[in-house]
Amino acid sequence: MAEAGPVLDVRNLTMDFGGLRAIDSVSLDIMPGEIVALIGPNGAGKTTFFNCVTGLYTPTSGEILLSARGQRKRLNGLKPNHITALGMARTFQNIRLFPHMTVLENVMIGRHCRTRSSIFGAIFRPPATRQEEAESIEISYGLLKEVGLTALVDETANNLPYGAQRRLEIARAMATEPALLLLDEPAAGMNPSETRELQALILRLREKHDLSILLIEHDMKLVMSLSDRVCVLEYGTQIAQSTPEEVSRDPRVIKAYLGEEADA
Amino acid sequence: MQGLKKSLLTAVWFMFLTFPIMVIRVNTIEKTIVWRWENLALVGISVFLLSYVWRFLMSRRERGNKQNAFATDDRAQAFRALIEDRRIRYSLIAAFAIFVGVFPFLFSMYQVNIMISALIYIMLGLGLNIVVGLAGLLDLGFVAFYAVGAYAYALLNLHFGLGFWAVLPMAAVLGAFVGILLGFPVLRLRGDYLAIVTLGFGEIIRLVLENWGTFTRGPSGISNIPRPDLFGLEFGLQGRIIYMYYVVLALVLFTIAVVTRLKYSRIGRAWMALREDEIACQAMGIDKTQTKLMAFSLGATWAAMAGVVFAAKTSFINPASFTFLESAMILSIVVLGGMGSTVGVILGALILILLPEYLRAFAEYRMIVFGAIMVLFMVFRPQGLIRDRRLKRRFHPAESSKGAEAVPTGEGMARGAGSHG
Repeated sequence: MAEAGPVLDVRNLTMDFGGLRAIDSVSLDIMPGEIVALIGPNGAGKTTFFNCVTGLYTPTSGEILLSARGQRKRLNGLKPNHITALGMARTFQNIRLFPHMTVLENVMIGRHCRTRSSIFGAIFRPPATRQEEAESIEISYGLLKEVGLTALVDETANNLPYGAQRRLEIARAMATEPALLLLDEPAAGMNPSETRELQALILRLREKHDLSILLIEHDMKLVMSLSDRVCVLEYGTQIAQSTPEEVSRDPRVIKAYLGEEADA
Repeated sequence: MQGLKKSLLTAVWFMFLTFPIMVIRVNTIEKTIVWRWENLALVGISVFLLSYVWRFLMSRRERGNKQNAFATDDRAQAFRALIEDRRIRYSLIAAFAIFVGVFPFLFSMYQVNIMISALIYIMLGLGLNIVVGLAGLLDLGFVAFYAVGAYAYALLNLHFGLGFWAVLPMAAVLGAFVGILLGFPVLRLRGDYLAIVTLGFGEIIRLVLENWGTFTRGPSGISNIPRPDLFGLEFGLQGRIIYMYYVVLALVLFTIAVVTRLKYSRIGRAWMALREDEIACQAMGIDKTQTKLMAFSLGATWAAMAGVVFAAKTSFINPASFTFLESAMILSIVVLGGMGSTVGVILGALILILLPEYLRAFAEYRMIVFGAIMVLFMVFRPQGLIRDRRLKRRFHPAESSKGAEAVPTGEGMARGAGSHG
């Protein structure tokens, strides 16, 4: 069952917006069960990288290959929903929940691509549909239990406190049964204790669901303690990629983060 | 005090503005000027009072104390608790059902006829509610599908002699098909752009009906459309109206059942997700195109069925029945009733269709009063009469208590869930 190759294999990804090269020939692979962090100063192209990989943008050139759910697929030019169905899910930097739906319904939306019932199923409710719906609820409730939101199942998403919204977004992404989870600044705006909980949650999810994780994060403490590998971007180019310890010693990374003087 | 001063200022301003038309009257024949000072006083006093009441209501609203024509939150809460009491709820529903059931025998044929139109609009409103309320696609050309249904019945009956019951399902399928056909080109659009394009489509359909004389008989319309029959049984005039009432009532109940089921299904959730956040919706694996087309075609299905009923009820149709005003009316029903809420749409349809009828006492001021009521509604109740409430799921007590105990708040998250898994 264990796949030998990387879950995600990105080769020479380049993304141009008109004359601006937002990402310049970045290569990155993620092995099964690995947690890789993507870091870099603001505007380095991290979120653009995410958007290319998840299909929101079509990259100018390069290859994106995903090996999940027993198949290997080239993702370039596929629609976001198609990519999610192939086994990749994401969260957003600025939380994008469905504000007027309940917490449970938010997670159940994630089940959409793993369920089949059609309009006729919805209208006539044959046993198959009812069973599918019950399963959906059960799985979603289980995920909410994992992220600790069971007390709020019936609350609408916009009534949730900030940290809970972040966790709900993760639960929603998990409901799509991903092999690779992309987290865009999951700890943004969290206090240290919330960040610690988040870290525990991410590790737990990886353990339980055989998950690979790619995350963008500015909280260096979290990045250093969580990730197996760190990839550093600056102005759209990759300036380093290795273990957290090595990256933190890399002079070019220090320069990118702290400016010229730190070099001297 | 501040309010009084502001109202006074408004009154003075209005007196100044209306001075030339309300006070001075020049008699061009006798070359005299009549000064009607009493009008000035009238304008001043009424503007002052209106402005003061308006300000008072607005300040109340701003204080979050929604104590206006409806109920305070407390009262609403009490009302909700009352409704949630099972016995009271069921007896209320039973009483309402009996009332609806015997309605045609209690009231005059005129009333029954009005009620039939109101029921048709409930169907239309619920259909549009799928498109606008659930999927969030602003459709201003909904009447096009209504026309398709009506003309389908009229023409199929004219040329092939098909009856009401045969055409009803055919029109539903035709409506869905036309919905998909019109839906395809507008899929990329959202919000205002979608509204404009659908508005255009609505007008195109009407113009085609008006100008394709050989096919649709143009503006003179089609008459002698038969009313529905009951296994070949014919009724007298009164019987026909009563039968029509029950036919429409049954269709409305069918619509309510289907729409409610759709709303709480996988598809309904996808529609709502699409309405809430298109990008997140796609990122969660929902096919945007397919979901939008489904909403469009299902909405159209109901419009087409309502069209068949309309043609059967009036037994005469022409393109004048399917103007933009009709689309606007249906949209108002959905918005005023409360987007997404089934009960809201039903109430909205009843109010918007019945109100003008019962406002006939106001004679020529009827539409002004009607418009004023709509404006007031939207100012003080922007979310609509009934806000859509999401279904609460009741988990088995054992399960939910276990969940709550494992995870009381965010703080205990790591600990609690860790011990479980």
